[in-house]
Amino acid sequence: MTVETSIALGRFGLGPSPRTPDAVRTAPREWVQAQVRAADVPQALRMFPSSASTMKALGEAAREGTEALKRVTGERYREVFAAEVMALVAHRVTTDAPFLERMVMFWSNHFTVSRAKAVIGPAIPAFEREAIRPHVFGRFEDMLLAAASHPVMLDYLDNHLSVGPASPAGQRSGRSLNENLARELLELHTLGVNGGYTQQDVRAFAQVLTGWTHGGVAPRKSTAPITGTFVYRDRMHEPGPKRVLGRRYESAGIEQGRAVLRALARHPSTASFVATKLVRHFVADAPPAADVARIATVFLDTQGDLAAVSRAVVQLGAAWETALPKVKSPVELVISTHRALGMPSLRRDTLLVPLKTLGQVPFSAASPQGWPDTADHWLSPESLKQRIAFARAIAARSTVSPDELLTQFAPIATDQLRTWMSRAPSGDAAVALLLASPTFQRR
Amino acid sequence: MKRRTFVQLATGLALAGPGLALAAAPTDRRLVVVVLRGGLDALHAVPPTDDPDYRSARPTLAVPPPGQPDGALALDGVFGLHPKLAPLHPLYREHELFVLHAATTSYRGRSHFDGQNQLENGTGRPFGASDGWLNRAIAALYQGGRLGLALGPSVPLMIQGDAGVATWADSPLPSVDEDFLDRLAHVYAPDASFASTFAQSRQTLVPSTAAIAERGKELTHAATVAADFLVRDDGPRIAVVESTGWDTHFSQQRRLDTLFEQLSAALLALRAGLREQWAQSVVVVVSEFGRTVAENGSRGTDHGVGGLALVLGGSVAGGRVVGDWPGLQTGQRHEGRDLQPANAYEALFKGLLIEHLDLSPKAIEARVFPQSAHLRPLSGLLRR
Repeated sequence: MTVETSIALGRFGLGPSPRTPDAVRTAPREWVQAQVRAADVPQALRMFPSSASTMKALGEAAREGTEALKRVTGERYREVFAAEVMALVAHRVTTDAPFLERMVMFWSNHFTVSRAKAVIGPAIPAFEREAIRPHVFGRFEDMLLAAASHPVMLDYLDNHLSVGPASPAGQRSGRSLNENLARELLELHTLGVNGGYTQQDVRAFAQVLTGWTHGGVAPRKSTAPITGTFVYRDRMHEPGPKRVLGRRYESAGIEQGRAVLRALARHPSTASFVATKLVRHFVADAPPAADVARIATVFLDTQGDLAAVSRAVVQLGAAWETALPKVKSPVELVISTHRALGMPSLRRDTLLVPLKTLGQVPFSAASPQGWPDTADHWLSPESLKQRIAFARAIAARSTVSPDELLTQFAPIATDQLRTWMSRAPSGDAAVALLLASPTFQRR
Repeated sequence: MKRRTFVQLATGLALAGPGLALAAAPTDRRLVVVVLRGGLDALHAVPPTDDPDYRSARPTLAVPPPGQPDGALALDGVFGLHPKLAPLHPLYREHELFVLHAATTSYRGRSHFDGQNQLENGTGRPFGASDGWLNRAIAALYQGGRLGLALGPSVPLMIQGDAGVATWADSPLPSVDEDFLDRLAHVYAPDASFASTFAQSRQTLVPSTAAIAERGKELTHAATVAADFLVRDDGPRIAVVESTGWDTHFSQQRRLDTLFEQLSAALLALRAGLREQWAQSVVVVVSEFGRTVAENGSRGTDHGVGGLALVLGGSVAGGRVVGDWPGLQTGQRHEGRDLQPANAYEALFKGLLIEHLDLSPKAIEARVFPQSAHLRPLSGLLRR
């Protein structure tokens, strides 16, 4: 095993496991690159319902009344959300394509939808499965369109409530714009906050997006069928051409929004914003400018071909120079711990409960910005204490031998770690020392 | 990660016995900053209820004037206090609470994240520093120990930095044996950031049983635990408490009803927990920005620049709504839409650091709020 093998497994994967394939040892970079290919939804996730079915159930309950909505939301959280989150985390513990999963996690965080808004919560894992996963090695534009028109995103960022004041619906009801989705699409999903847009652009883009809603919105008195899928309603759409980022959009209806999103996907600010985030995630908290420029160029040249972009990230020289520059997020930590220990049974109390303690319950980021991606957020005195407590507790349940575990980390283990593992008073203390060590906590 | 300065203490000593977290605290004054993340709607919390521009901009959201059903509680003839903040009304009447209205930082954009960065780093720029102004204030005040306190698993940027900060978070995991931790210290030795973070994590604060029993409402629990630490003679003096959920783009009335109740309860818990120290405590409540004057299409409000600050404490010169009031006519609004930020948070923070913590204006201008000389510190904030 070489340092490159450890980097392939840690930086571009979810850590080694007793089942680590030989291919990683013989050709680590090729092993990562080989995962860049269109992938089906994993078998383990196919049994779960579509977002449309969940949104429909929630919409019908909302029409019935507050009590029904509470009841159905609770049921769906228990029966759909909790089950799929568990299956998803378990899949990531056992997958043979961890780079693919890392990319799903990266993009799912880029297009954050959070159960901080409780009503749509049960459908969020389906959002990731439907809008993110199919596109991680496809085109950015397709992912952007899928995310921006997904019922769960439209509801999370309030666009289903946004009405063009001059539209028929606006004229009749006096309702008007809600600029939340338009602003976050510009700031968080495409251009970035310094990407060169103004308040006028936010406003105009919000007008462009009026009418983008979903069929689960249920006026109490209406008898219209509830569908739970994306719906474009022309009677809510602000009529007329709009000017966004200096370009005039004449097209009518839904095409206007699609045209703006396509332009945003190809904008140079989007390329450098996305490149910065990718390099920060895979290379270093302070992303080297040359690497960002390289990835941005590939993004622009290929019109956002995320397979080409992903390959280019793996090819960055800097990614293979330093073994352990990043501190793992809690999700990466908990998953890689289970992989390293070869945990035969996957349980809520070791998978999901620690994520709550460590502050990263899946799909519950505090804001649409998503989870942070730097050590100064994840490594605080209080969180380190929790990381150590988790290592100690899970090591006590594991039967892995410390020597075998150490072998998985041989190229990057420090002398101090080897020494103190060899002096440990018990096997599980030795295992816990490794799990709590920077060798394991970093990637 | 930056090198952090801290005093190495034998673990366990911080709980009891002499000479603990702070051998000789530089001050007995307490300062708590409550950060409301998401953008508090100042015009909902402290509405100018009779202003016709307010009522016309908010056909469904305007808070009724005092005396009407669900009406505001009268403050000064112009402004009222939202009825769900009623528990704070006695503090206002007893001159322990003032409002700095139409205020925000020098940030003029509408991004939560840049706005919060600027509120916390104190440099006038969203990425102007990787440490927080409150941490730099602590460093200017005292080098001897952990004067600061942060609650929750991560440390808010406002109080991140070189000065030592005590931390506490609720955990269901069992505590780890000291023998293991001693061994782990050797494993951490070659990694500077793990080694220093680990050393800080071993100086553990333990809340009293009574404070732990207050579990439930998260914000109130955080306030209770914070007060429990702050009230101790050898405890920290300066804390940050965070609250999320203030980004009310829709159904604002219902959501702020709940949040105002929680905020009121948390602030009262701070006052109760600080006991006799309340007389020398200041609590300041801020948010990264405010919201639009007019309501949006979904019975909510969108991001807008001007907000407000609430300042509470046993010695504050309360019972007033202070600062310039810009008015709400379209021409008086910021860019025709937001509450005009006529007053500066930085001026308030600087005034509090001077009057309450006795920091020198020179140190403040040099280190805490660099390049902010044009924002003159507010004065007359305290009664003493």
